[in-house]
Amino acid sequence: MTTLALDHVSRWFGNVVAVNDITMTIGPGVTGLLGPNGAGKSTLINMMGGFLAPSTGTVTLDGRQVWRNESIYQHIGIVPEREAMYDFLTGREFVVANAELHGLGAKAAQRALATVEMEYAQDRKIQTYSKGMRQRVKMASALVHDPSLLLLDEPFNGMDPRQRMQLMDLLRRMGDEGRTVLFSSHILEEVEQLARHIEVVVAGRHAASGDFRRIRRLMTDRPHRYLVRSSDDRALAAALIADPSTSGIEVDLTEGVLRVQAVDFGRFTALLPRVARDHGIRLLTVSPSDESLESVFSYLVAA
Amino acid sequence: MYDPTVARLTYRALLGRRRALILGALPLLLIVIAVAVRGLAGADDQTAADVLGGLALATMVPIIGVIAGTGAIGPEIDDGSVVYLLSKPIKRPTIIFTKLIVAIAVTMVFSAVPTLVAGLILNGNGQQIAVAYTVAALVASIAYAALFLLLGTVSRHAVVFGLVYALVWEALFGSLVEGARTLSVQQWALAVAQKVSGGDMVTSDVGLPTATVLLAAVTVLATWYAGQKLRSLTLAGEE
Repeated sequence: MTTLALDHVSRWFGNVVAVNDITMTIGPGVTGLLGPNGAGKSTLINMMGGFLAPSTGTVTLDGRQVWRNESIYQHIGIVPEREAMYDFLTGREFVVANAELHGLGAKAAQRALATVEMEYAQDRKIQTYSKGMRQRVKMASALVHDPSLLLLDEPFNGMDPRQRMQLMDLLRRMGDEGRTVLFSSHILEEVEQLARHIEVVVAGRHAASGDFRRIRRLMTDRPHRYLVRSSDDRALAAALIADPSTSGIEVDLTEGVLRVQAVDFGRFTALLPRVARDHGIRLLTVSPSDESLESVFSYLVAA
Repeated sequence: MYDPTVARLTYRALLGRRRALILGALPLLLIVIAVAVRGLAGADDQTAADVLGGLALATMVPIIGVIAGTGAIGPEIDDGSVVYLLSKPIKRPTIIFTKLIVAIAVTMVFSAVPTLVAGLILNGNGQQIAVAYTVAALVASIAYAALFLLLGTVSRHAVVFGLVYALVWEALFGSLVEGARTLSVQQWALAVAQKVSGGDMVTSDVGLPTATVLLAAVTVLATWYAGQKLRSLTLAGEE
């Protein structure tokens, strides 16, 4: 059982605060680190992996300091986001080298290559690999010493759906085996498919933490804003505001649109088309106006 | 202290196609010049000393040193692949020491060997000139490799700084300002070479004891400091 603990960790670069006073504990199983781009996920993962010193606070693995402690890597496997990985080697040579650096041999390397199902291409140069193949070889290099903690920075970036599924299965298996697996992503769907536990980071701050259902609820329950164009805006507005799922409507005459604020997402999406049909109103445009991840996340921070 | 896997990775990165071309081009040029000089002017000790001193030791050795020394670690830090070395239970100074050995070996092979060959072509090792400059190149290889390995560890612009040091400080500044020569790897190496040749064809501005102490001090300090820098190397994130 391996537990990674962050205790009041902050990191700033000059005047910019990248990570702001984050305290979290990552236990066995798969944890998703969710946040928009630039939220500080990579900075956090770099500190978890011992590649960046926290400006304040501590990162420990089962009570042992991570920063400046090479022996900790006996227990950590790291899958970096960056692509570069000794492209002049074949996949097998690369994984064998990683095994040797852990004091292990070709057998461990072969086992890791089998785990990620890369044996078929192991004798090709890495520079000929697709993104998904690279990702799997990186994964093999991180698994070669059977680590109890696995850190993955945006592992699904640029993967096609099939590769994504394969990697998800693999990570799920790792989590079920009792390993502590942490991966970062800026895509909610990705995280909730895989992670039992989610940590949300926004603008360097720890925005939410917990079971994915709770996070999902927080995200869908927030007030949604819609921009609606119809054949009769005023009639539609009158009909919508009568229902409790709608908390406010603005009739924007200059733009010729309705700006609707819905409090009950599920109910509103069912209500709108029904109301329109019942009143003989044609819907010309229905578009969510604040669906950007940033606005979803910043709502979470406030919640 | 020495990790064969780190060494293997470093050799393969250093002797990859493009870098090997650059590493091979300079020695080839030196030998071509040696052949031409010998053919045109015949064997002459002074000419041999001029070519080996001015071209081989003052220019070629430091440039090879820059390429091998910075190339042993700089590109890995630049593209982030060094993470695969750093995320292992290996002492960081071991990584540096191993890379130093590789950089020294590569610098020696690509600078001292062609120096010897060029010297033999120029005057058949008359007055021990070829051997003396070869020894100088060997000695300089160690200090340059250590110095430029450190540079590659601390700076993203290591090659530029390295070339500026090698060409401006050692070659230009050193020939204009007396004092600068005391702090010049080239002069320290020459002091050792002077001892080897025993004649007056190879001379240095620095005494042998001073040169030896400075060579050892620079090599050890640079290596130690590079190890320390690597221990607290920060990998910048993508964001």
